[in-house]
Amino acid sequence: MKIAGMTGRTAVVVLAILAIAAALPLALSNYQVGLATEMLIFGMLAMSIDILAGFAGRTSLGHGAIFGVSGYVVVYASAQAGLPPALAFVLGMAAATAVAIVFALLAVRTSGVYFLLLTLALGMIVWGICLRWTQVTGGENGMRGDVRPAFLVMHRAFYWAVLGVTTLVSYAMWRFVRSPFGLTLLGIRDSESRMKSLGYNVPLHLFVGFAVSGFFAGIAGALYAMFNNFVSPSTVALAQSVEGVLMMIAGGVGTLFGGFVGAAAIITLENVVSAYTERWQTVLGLTFIVIMICAPEGIIGTLRAILTRKDGDKGRYKGN
Amino acid sequence: MDRRQFLKNSTAAVAAAGTMAAPWRCARAQAGPIKIGLLTPLTGVVASGGKEMVEGVQFYLESVNYQIAGRKVELVIEDDASNPDTALQKARRLVEQGNCHMLIGDLLANTGLAVANYVKGTGTPYFIPIIAADDLTQRQRIKNVIRVAGYTGSAFTHPFGDWCLKQGYKKIATISQDYTFGHEQCGGLAQVFTEGGGEIVQQFWHPLNTADFSPYLGQLADLKVDAIFAMETGADATRLIQQYASFGLKGKFPLLGAMNATDQSVIRTLGEECDGIIAAAHFAEGSDNPVTQKFTKNYEAKYGKIPSLYGFSMYSGIMWVAEALEKIGGKAEDRDALIDSVLKTELTGSPLGTTVKLDAYGNPIYDVQIRKVVKRADGKYWNVPIASYPGVSQFWKYDPETYMKQPPYSRTFQGIKKA
Amino acid sequence: MSTFQLLNGLTFAALLFVVASGFTLIFGLLRIVNLAHGALYLLGGYIGFAVATKTGSFALGGLGAMVAIAAIGFVLDQGLLRFVRGNDLRQVLLTLGFAFVIDDMSLVIWGGDSFTVPIPQMLKGGMRVFGVFYPTYRLFVLATGIVVFAGLWGLLNHTRLGALIRAGVDDAEMVEASGVNIRRVFLVTFLLGSALAGLGGLMGGAFLSLYPSADAEILVFSLAIVIIGGRGSLVGVGVGSLLVGLLNTLGQVMFPELAYFVIFGPMALLLAFRPLGLFGRAATT
Repeated sequence: MKIAGMTGRTAVVVLAILAIAAALPLALSNYQVGLATEMLIFGMLAMSIDILAGFAGRTSLGHGAIFGVSGYVVVYASAQAGLPPALAFVLGMAAATAVAIVFALLAVRTSGVYFLLLTLALGMIVWGICLRWTQVTGGENGMRGDVRPAFLVMHRAFYWAVLGVTTLVSYAMWRFVRSPFGLTLLGIRDSESRMKSLGYNVPLHLFVGFAVSGFFAGIAGALYAMFNNFVSPSTVALAQSVEGVLMMIAGGVGTLFGGFVGAAAIITLENVVSAYTERWQTVLGLTFIVIMICAPEGIIGTLRAILTRKDGDKGRYKGN
Repeated sequence: MDRRQFLKNSTAAVAAAGTMAAPWRCARAQAGPIKIGLLTPLTGVVASGGKEMVEGVQFYLESVNYQIAGRKVELVIEDDASNPDTALQKARRLVEQGNCHMLIGDLLANTGLAVANYVKGTGTPYFIPIIAADDLTQRQRIKNVIRVAGYTGSAFTHPFGDWCLKQGYKKIATISQDYTFGHEQCGGLAQVFTEGGGEIVQQFWHPLNTADFSPYLGQLADLKVDAIFAMETGADATRLIQQYASFGLKGKFPLLGAMNATDQSVIRTLGEECDGIIAAAHFAEGSDNPVTQKFTKNYEAKYGKIPSLYGFSMYSGIMWVAEALEKIGGKAEDRDALIDSVLKTELTGSPLGTTVKLDAYGNPIYDVQIRKVVKRADGKYWNVPIASYPGVSQFWKYDPETYMKQPPYSRTFQGIKKA
Repeated sequence: MSTFQLLNGLTFAALLFVVASGFTLIFGLLRIVNLAHGALYLLGGYIGFAVATKTGSFALGGLGAMVAIAAIGFVLDQGLLRFVRGNDLRQVLLTLGFAFVIDDMSLVIWGGDSFTVPIPQMLKGGMRVFGVFYPTYRLFVLATGIVVFAGLWGLLNHTRLGALIRAGVDDAEMVEASGVNIRRVFLVTFLLGSALAGLGGLMGGAFLSLYPSADAEILVFSLAIVIIGGRGSLVGVGVGSLLVGLLNTLGQVMFPELAYFVIFGPMALLLAFRPLGLFGRAATT
């Protein structure tokens, strides 16, 4: 029996996870609730990158810029133009999708390292605009504003709102990658030439995939702007894209929900490490190196590999 | 019991434990240590300044054995990585997780603005000895953000403009980093200089972290000016001063600098290129004032380097807060009392050797020194005062209300009076 | 553009060339986008600075920088990259992680102050060239850039190693199939590329100074140059360096606002429409 596309057993697991997630704020301090909110937001960003990386085989180093642009539009619409939060949110999503479309138009014909470099360059152009167009973006200083609607000002309330949005978005992403369109993307990842010879319009599929990925990144970016009530060029910087990619990889490329695991792992690690030393950058670098060498499938990916080996010739795994 | 029941029970247990601990914590609060959160860039592009900020604070706290008004002081240091997003994250951690009674620090204006926006919501007192964005104590004042022992961008360049007029300079060109602090420093100079009949021939603005100044120096060399004012900080200052000398401009035009350009953090790695550069500042480490001399000597003995602006400002800042706390019996929890006390405190122990107090808008009033870089007997370079302007506020000689009606200094508004 | 600004652009381009040539050797032959190249530049500068100030010799500083960075390149290639051979994405991200570590360690060792590599007395001051007074040291950088170009040209076109490298850029598998130990050629190339980054650091450190974000800046320039000039082509790197150096100088003089677009615009367009760059050739594998 299937509920909303899932088997009964999966649905129970999902509900349990949601119940725990919803109950968390009751047990955690305000600061920890803030951290959990960040994990949800960045998990969404990592998942959006995974749509392209894991399912279409194209890793982008420009998603931080897409994420950040949404934030800029949300803060601008709210603080400068005085628009209501809901409208600002929608504008943010639209802006992110628009930027993703522009990136996509230029990038769909490239792949691999060139795709990486192109998205990097495009991200840097966006960063340059945010940094230099002081009249609109506030330049160096960024923009501040009270972006959240009044009922979401409290830590817990905001967390629950983010949890709600994240659940909806995750569901949408999951349905997307399992749809015929999503399967086509997987086919492109595995063998572009085969898909072409089968008659699929590869660039078009990649274009749509990129735009959808950007749309989801935009939702995450809008939520982040509301979380911080602040946006600055560092929100669109290359470091943001790199962090998103790292979280995706740490969770597991192609696992989609690994994004949450990766985000949680990196954010927790950063908090723990910064309490003892200033050498977080070294730890981050070593984490990159270790993951690339020892566990390139990420946490979920490695777990899956272990589980499938245990299952032997049954070859069944959870989730996908 | 099944899994869900177990989870619900554990959650409830944890929640109960959490709420039960609270009243116990409250009762102990008064007797606990005063927790001060220090935000500083320990990594990133201004890392060297950040480290000295820590030294300045620790230098003071060690001198009082980490005790203020009989209570122990706990200093929690967090790295803002020269980045506003990180600064915000760390501010949150210090206030929400670390339960700090107050925050102090930050170096770059954009990190300060991010944190100021956050504490506006939480009401935590935030002291900013280094952040110089004018508006935080002028048009966009936040009640709990106080610039102890600090300065605004234009505070020292106002009298500097006057000094330039007195030297007989008629034409000046400026080159500056293109951000708020640069706009404010140049604006202060330009306004006073042009109001006194001088002319700003041209202004060059370059992005932060410009490695190669040669394009600008080429244009500067062609101008007919009496002096050049360079508003640079950090690595940009180092490079500008060197390249200025290597392109032969040193002999051609006197170089005037913002105080950050001739700060110890810059000139201690330079040689004769920095000799003779003149700047305006409240602090001159080579001053012959006995209190300053003692401070400089002790600092150098402890840290192996002559104190810079960063060390000095944080030292004065934390001293100010400490003196204010003493007056209210160390009650750091009472935010209103603390802020009130800080605003009323007159700093008597300042390394400047004079008493410093805040104006009605929460910004210190200083005796501004016009200082020159000279070589010490042991070959190191430091700043020695050559002229002085006593009692200068952030508004110079202007009436505050009138002054605040003019727009903040920016690239487009430099206060230049048309001839 | 005046002679003065032209010289500014050319001398800056010369420095960029030294660094980018190392980058393109590694990218062209090994197909590794070495995002640690900037960190190697900066570390090379710091080490060269340390050696030069200790020994009083600029030349020794240069030698020290090249040897030390080649050694670190050895560690990176043999110690770490060997585990991720063949996987482009993993290699790139691994080098990025390595860059983070190197940067942070450099910060710990040298702190955040800016340092300038001391130049020998005879290179100080300036001289009159083409009617302008210009710093001698920058002219020296220009000369060095030309010498490095000539040296690499000679290496690539007139030595066996060079022939192997050029063949490997086109088709590494073929070279291996013909019995050559391609691994050794790769290693030598990696060491040479790294040494060039170190040399660049020393030279750049004398007139642009060494400071914590110098690595990201030079990396970004190197990426742009190699994309614009083309993968694996020496002439491409030369032309790319000239373009980027001159555009950067022109951009700063004429439109300082648009500093990034002047470089990233062409780079993005080329990547989108002609990923091979101006002089790059597609590998046959």
